[in-house]
Amino acid sequence: MLERPEIFHEVSTARLDVVERPLSAWEKLYDNGAFRKTALLVILAAVWELYARWLGNPLLIPTFSATVGALFASIASGALPQAAVYTISMLLKGYVAGLAIAAVLTAFATGTRIGADLLETLTAMFNPLPSIALLPLALVWFGLGAGSVVFVLIHAVLWAVALNTFAGFRSVSPTWKMVGQNYGLSRTGYIARILIPGAFPSILTGLKVGWAFAWRTLIAAELVFGVSSGSGGLGWFIFERKNQLLIADVFAGLLTVILFGLLVENLIFKTIENRTVRRWGMQV
Amino acid sequence: METAPLLSVVGVTLRYRTKDHLVTATYRVSFQLYRSDRFVVLGPSGCGKSTLLKAVGGYIQPTEGRIRLNNAEVTGPGPDRVFVFQEFDQLLPWKTVKENIVFALTASGKLPRPQAEERAMHYIAKVNLTEFALSYPHTLSGGMKQRVAIARAMAMEPQILLMDEPFAALDALTRTKMQEELLQLWDETKFTVLFVTHSIPEAIRVGNRILLMSSHPGQVRAELNSSSADAAGIHEILFSEEGTRNR
Repeated sequence: MLERPEIFHEVSTARLDVVERPLSAWEKLYDNGAFRKTALLVILAAVWELYARWLGNPLLIPTFSATVGALFASIASGALPQAAVYTISMLLKGYVAGLAIAAVLTAFATGTRIGADLLETLTAMFNPLPSIALLPLALVWFGLGAGSVVFVLIHAVLWAVALNTFAGFRSVSPTWKMVGQNYGLSRTGYIARILIPGAFPSILTGLKVGWAFAWRTLIAAELVFGVSSGSGGLGWFIFERKNQLLIADVFAGLLTVILFGLLVENLIFKTIENRTVRRWGMQV
Repeated sequence: METAPLLSVVGVTLRYRTKDHLVTATYRVSFQLYRSDRFVVLGPSGCGKSTLLKAVGGYIQPTEGRIRLNNAEVTGPGPDRVFVFQEFDQLLPWKTVKENIVFALTASGKLPRPQAEERAMHYIAKVNLTEFALSYPHTLSGGMKQRVAIARAMAMEPQILLMDEPFAALDALTRTKMQEELLQLWDETKFTVLFVTHSIPEAIRVGNRILLMSSHPGQVRAELNSSSADAAGIHEILFSEEGTRNR
């Protein structure tokens, strides 16, 4: 066999220019997701403004500046805030009621096999059914008013949340389950301290999807429905302004709907995500 | 050494059901564990040693025979027998290192919170992780996670520690270091441990008594003192029959 010498090297970093250096201000800024998204929004607004000006027909598409003007005017007059507050209060009622029922159903489903079958069957049946399709029936059952809206909202929230929570419970790592049993947790302690945090990524997805369904359903329901009720929400605001051909106001109403959606997604859900699943390394 | 065994396993047969088979994991296994034993169950994979450990942990009921701890039948999982698993995900990711240990102590009702925190820090210091007490598990290396799991189990000060190949997923260097640390901890507290492994050198290093098991189904081949055991002899006992059968 060939004789080979043994080789030794001195390690030296003399000519290495960077081991660790702080990032420049621009690199930091560009790493910031909020900054990148804001920049995109500014560009989109500019495109809108230019196109609307080029089109020159405010009855079809008002300019961005006219929309913003209408938005501020509606806020100043109090019509838009009033509509928004009404919509949000309805939304919260429906959302909270939906979550409560989802919690009961899921608890039943984790406790017993028949409960699991029930949840699976009900979800398979009702999840594909658009909530708004239940509105005519809800009107017959609950009459015109808050009752019907809350009913369709519950339908919108319930199945998404229950399905995701239950699926999350099932996929909780068996090792965590054994750890929970090992330290002698009670039944409720086991659900609260092992299953819920262990399934939190799925639960959070369910909450988000449920929220999005509820928000859409609510605006749609108000469009149908505000027609006959005195105090309408944002949907009714949009519908009414369209009838008066105040198209900039219609856009302002739609913009409010979008802004509120962005706000909840980026402020509330993002904050929850950062403080839980991201901090725990369960989601990147 | 005391005369009454801490744990006695008598004629235990374990069966579990898969989708289309009924599998016998161990057949009439008996052994006795005394206080401060480092008792190692050694065998090839598929000899039912992990299943046996789960039965001692109370997760599986034997179909035949009995498992008694301090003369009381083992009926389910409990904080008097604390598990250290092979998996790195045995720490709860939503709790910091310290909170994982505090959780174990408070969930089992062992200590109220202030004392639990004190004891948690004491055991974290024992495994040299004080500066990581407030870190979340996903920021730790595999070896560090296993050290936290060992600290958590030891903080419970259980009757028996049940270790299911706790170092199997570690690299060789970390593994050797962890074995040394475990022996050091044992010198300090003289805990009782039932340790499952498929590594002969690990069994000889860690244990003071070694139970050799054959596979399919798991049966006891021998019970040795590790002081007199050598790797070649153990290998001979473990594989002699299989060897002749194959020849």
